[in-house]
Amino acid sequence: MKRVYLDYAATTPLDERVLEAMLPYFRQVFGNPSSVHFYGQQAENAVEEARERIAALIGAHPQEIVFTSGGSEADNLALRGVARARREMVGARRILTARVEHAAVARTAQALEREEGFQVEWLEVDAFGIVHPETVKQALGPDVALVSVMYANNEIGSINPIAEIAALCRAQGVPFHTDAVQAAAYLPIDVQALGVDLLSLGAHKFYGPKGVGALYVRQGTPLWPVQTGGGQEAGRRAGTHNVPYIVGMARALELAVEERESRRAWVQSLRQRVIEGVLERIPQARLTGHPLYRLPNHASFVFKGVDGNLLLQLLDAAGFACSSGSACKSGQPEPSEVLLACGLEREWAGGSLRVTLGAPTTAEEVEAFLDVLPRCVEQARALQGEQVR
Amino acid sequence: MKRVVVAMSGGVDSSVAAALLREQGYDVVGMMLRLWSEPGKEDSNRCCTPDSMALARRVAARLGIPFYVIDAREIFRQTVVEYFLEGYRRGQTPNPCLLCNRQIRWDFLLRHALAIGAEAMATGHYARLRRTEDGRYELLRAVDRTKDQSYVLYVLTQEKLSRALFPIGEYTKEQVRALASRFGLPTASRPDSQDLCFLAGEDYRAFLRRNAPEMLQPGPILDTQGRKIGVHQGLAAYTIGQRKGLGIAAPYPLYVIAKDVSANALIVGRAEELGQRSLRVGQINWTCGRVPEAPFQAEVKIRYTAREVPGWVEPQGEDRAEVRFEMALRDVTPGQAAVFYQGDVLIGGGIIEG
Repeated sequence: MKRVYLDYAATTPLDERVLEAMLPYFRQVFGNPSSVHFYGQQAENAVEEARERIAALIGAHPQEIVFTSGGSEADNLALRGVARARREMVGARRILTARVEHAAVARTAQALEREEGFQVEWLEVDAFGIVHPETVKQALGPDVALVSVMYANNEIGSINPIAEIAALCRAQGVPFHTDAVQAAAYLPIDVQALGVDLLSLGAHKFYGPKGVGALYVRQGTPLWPVQTGGGQEAGRRAGTHNVPYIVGMARALELAVEERESRRAWVQSLRQRVIEGVLERIPQARLTGHPLYRLPNHASFVFKGVDGNLLLQLLDAAGFACSSGSACKSGQPEPSEVLLACGLEREWAGGSLRVTLGAPTTAEEVEAFLDVLPRCVEQARALQGEQVR
Repeated sequence: MKRVVVAMSGGVDSSVAAALLREQGYDVVGMMLRLWSEPGKEDSNRCCTPDSMALARRVAARLGIPFYVIDAREIFRQTVVEYFLEGYRRGQTPNPCLLCNRQIRWDFLLRHALAIGAEAMATGHYARLRRTEDGRYELLRAVDRTKDQSYVLYVLTQEKLSRALFPIGEYTKEQVRALASRFGLPTASRPDSQDLCFLAGEDYRAFLRRNAPEMLQPGPILDTQGRKIGVHQGLAAYTIGQRKGLGIAAPYPLYVIAKDVSANALIVGRAEELGQRSLRVGQINWTCGRVPEAPFQAEVKIRYTAREVPGWVEPQGEDRAEVRFEMALRDVTPGQAAVFYQGDVLIGGGIIEG
């Protein structure tokens, strides 16, 4: 059976050119960047070149880039590192973040509240899952340790007005973090234009390798290390550098920025076709997230009276790999908190579907998907009706 | 390539079943049911612990087949758990696994299998299937008599049997383990247990106390002459043939002989008063695909773990029968199934009424 991958927001395949860039650093240039000898110097040079390239691509200084094991670690470092430092320095104990954040931010904020006495204030979102600057403004104050609002939402694709929120935080002297893990593949991530103090990246969302990411930390932003040890990354993140992956991330980001416009144009037209086709062919279907302010490769829906997990299984069995809001492998589905935060009723929120496209996606694949989806939704509704008699 | 769904459990039997079908060139898809548990006990459901799900997922990945967990919690609660409670309410000792096989595994799950284009569904049961010359499907006992599980499959109609595959029924348990090693699959079995999955390893009485306390009303214990000789803790707490736990001092051992639901009375008596030479069976499924027109001799199994005894089955209409034995059987339990075999062939079975 031919399989079609439509889950590029989950992860992407490694770009051939990225793999080429990485290969020498597994066996030829294998040294530890912290070593004194020539082997170490060569490896260190590769890491520092990667750092400079990434910094240049996002408008930062090289020393403002901290390499991590991925987006989740970058989010953890930003929240824990800044919150602890700000409490120590100015006694700030409040954390502002949105109800629709990725778990890497939301659960970290909850842990800081539960374990370290911080007070989390959950910013409300509108029906599209967007955080309004006004909402942030009302909650802001000098006693806020950190504000964290994601750039683009992984589940529903909506894009937040990051620059406006950043400006509000700057005016109050409160550090502002954005999780740009989903956004980096398609949206401009110039940290000067955005005005953010911290920004998280994960390489595997833009055809780079899994297991590597970075946190941008604006100079002067207070940050305590979370992972301590050998003093790498100027003491901000200990651990021997993952040299080939760091090199791969730099190459992948370079390609993402260079080819951003053509990649965007390609997926956006196909994505429009997905949205039109689904809403036209499926009764009781709604688009989730914002119709315009959304990632160009991202389409997400809810279908009334459908078990989203079951729909994914039916689609997979028909050869189409998609995702839903309630990522669940165990058959114990719960409606997505993101969709509930957007105000969707439970009978709708349980039936979510996320279709995310990538550079390899073709128009034929999209048409084949649109041909199969109505039958799968119908089957899911029939089987679901059996369950809840 | 024909698509087949395998109902997987993470254990050696269903894993090998999947591997065999894969080797035979089928397009195999694994499915596993998520069944209902009492709130807070979800992780102790022996049919779908998180560990067994993770294991089944690993096996599927190793075999290179997709794997899906099907949420059956609500329908399981509505059908199987309700049936279980209703059985005790009527003074019986129900066997909910039989209903689960019919309504959940071979109906709800089968419909999920058909929905993804499967032509058949396989399980890791030790049983065999044969196509007869006149086009019927016959369910046969497994080659490994000690592992035979055909008893729990008597509920399958011809239509279901036409969709069924039992790939390991031709092998002994030893051979299945050897196959598992050859395929590089885990060889552990789920411990053979008669515990019901949703009891989470507890005694069923504790479950009844929480979920149907009205069933555990104390009442009189009567001897076979109708004399009150004690007090019971609720009819549902006793089974026919039970000797221990009656709390009555008597010069000879006393056994539970019957339950009188309308009077909420437990009838006890001596060993020789226990047992019966005939029993009534209802809700019969003639698994072999033909309603017998005349009485017939059969080997009859009255519990999953009971040995077969020769009996004389007299069909009464489409789905009832009277079964006679040469000697009295002591453990006839209303609510359990009586299953009829002739040689290796499973002729049919139904629920013991009395």
